[in-house]
Parts: sequence; C-alpha cells; structure tokens
Amino acid sequence: MTSHALTVPNSTGPRLAGDLAIWFFIMAELLAFAVFFAAYAFTRAAHVEEFNLAQQALNRNAGAINTLLLLTGSAFVVRAVQGALAGESRRAAPWMLAAIASGVAFLVVKMVEYSAAFDHGVSLSSSTFDMFYLSLTFFHFMHVILGLVILGALWLGLRAGRYGPHNMNGLESGAAYWHMVDLLWLILFPLVYVIH
Amino acid sequence: MSFTENVAAGSHGTPAGTFRLWLVLIVATILTWQLGESRGGGLLTAIILGIAMIKGAVIAFDFMALRHAPLLWRCLLGGWLVLVCSLIGLAYWKGITP
Repeated sequence: MTSHALTVPNSTGPRLAGDLAIWFFIMAELLAFAVFFAAYAFTRAAHVEEFNLAQQALNRNAGAINTLLLLTGSAFVVRAVQGALAGESRRAAPWMLAAIASGVAFLVVKMVEYSAAFDHGVSLSSSTFDMFYLSLTFFHFMHVILGLVILGALWLGLRAGRYGPHNMNGLESGAAYWHMVDLLWLILFPLVYVIH
Repeated sequence: MSFTENVAAGSHGTPAGTFRLWLVLIVATILTWQLGESRGGGLLTAIILGIAMIKGAVIAFDFMALRHAPLLWRCLLGGWLVLVCSLIGLAYWKGITP
C-alpha cells in the first residue's frame, strides 16, 4: 500500500470546516443558549412593561460597540484562516492577534458596562430582567474568555508556521468556535438590548 | 502512514469578499442600533429579527464556511437560526396580544 493511495486530492465535495467533535460541541452550546434565549423571551412576554422599563437602563451603546468588536474580530479570524490556507501561516499570525485584541476590547467594554450597572444597584436579585441580563451576558462573557484562550493557541500555531492547506483542522476548529461566540452575541444583543 | 486531505483553495472565501461581508455586517449592526432608539413595536421587532437572522447566516455560512458543508450541517445551523428567531418573535407577539 503506497501513501499515494491514501492521499485524497483537493476535494471539491461538501466538507465541514474543522473537526466533527467541535461541531457537535458547537451544536450543544447553541442549543443551551437557545433555551436561555427562549426562557428570556417568554418570561418577558408575561412582564412586558417591567422588562421594557428595565431595558432602558441598559447601556445600548456599549452593547452595539461590542457587536462591532466581535464582528470585526470574526472577520480578522477569517483573514487568518485565508492566510494559512494560502500557505502563509506566519504572515497570517498578525490577523489572529488583531482578532484577540478585538476580543479583549469586548471584555473591557463589558466590564465597564458591568461596573456602571453594579453602581446602579443591578444584581442577580434586583429584578427578573436584571437576573436574565446578568446571567445571559455573563454566560456569554465566559465563552468569550474561552474563545480568546483558543485564539491565543491558534496565534502561537500560526507563528510557528504550523498551519497550511495540508493542516487546517485545528485552525478551522478554533475559528469555528470563535464564530459561534460571535453568532450567539448577534442574537443576544437585539434580544436583550434592543427589542422592546 | 498519513491520511491528509488538502483543503481546497478558496473554501474560506477571498479577502475582498470577507471585507464586503464585514461591511454589510457593520452597516446592519448600526441599523439595529439606530432602530433601538425608536419607540419599538411589532413591525420594528420583525425587522430587527430579520436583520439578526441575515447577520447570523453570514457568520454561519460564510465565516464558518458552512456554505461548503454537508447538507445536514447547513440544516442544523440554519435551522437553529430560524428556530431561535421564530421563538423570540412568537414570544414578542404573545407579549403584545391580550
């Protein structure tokens, strides 16, 4: 048996970008968040006025700026993946670093937002809306932190020249996780900060 | 013995394409941001959820490269997006219907 027989040429058929395991994990995460989103939405339906009033106290600008940061970070990750796919792993590393900077900026904005909210007496027990606001955004916050750890590992891998068209699995898997964190925020932001 | 598969060139789009998609996402976000300043209502909520669904689809199908994935995975992620936005819409409608 020669290695030739085992090498699959550039496939043109359908292909999942990244490891199958990460995609099962992503689906599990998406379903967990879907339950939280639905719980928020249907609780709100029974307390519309209370939720609308409490929502006005949120810093919608901070939420919107964070959306812009995550979207920009995701685009940077795509650029890093494109660079590695073109066989320029090391040159793609700065794109990943830019994505990490966007993610860190998200955390900073969120902490400033939390700090102001805590000063105004927002806590898990201050109201039903506040409970949802804090738990939903904090659960997402933790995912951003995990995503940043993953992006950090990918950055080191890119710098070491580890990724290329023949070795995309790890990079694509980590990138998919980061995009999921972005995808979740794209629902969370309008749901909690905007719709009223 | 290695079992490696070269990833097809272009399966993650082009830099110019990514820039255009990023621009669409940014404009859509600013639109949602501004719509949030208005008084709200059913039509507005439908528009905001529609924008969220389009943005989510760009992330899933382009940035996550699901466009090139097997049908099952396109249905799973696409279905999640439709389900979540529909549930939010349904709950909103329930909240304004006596």
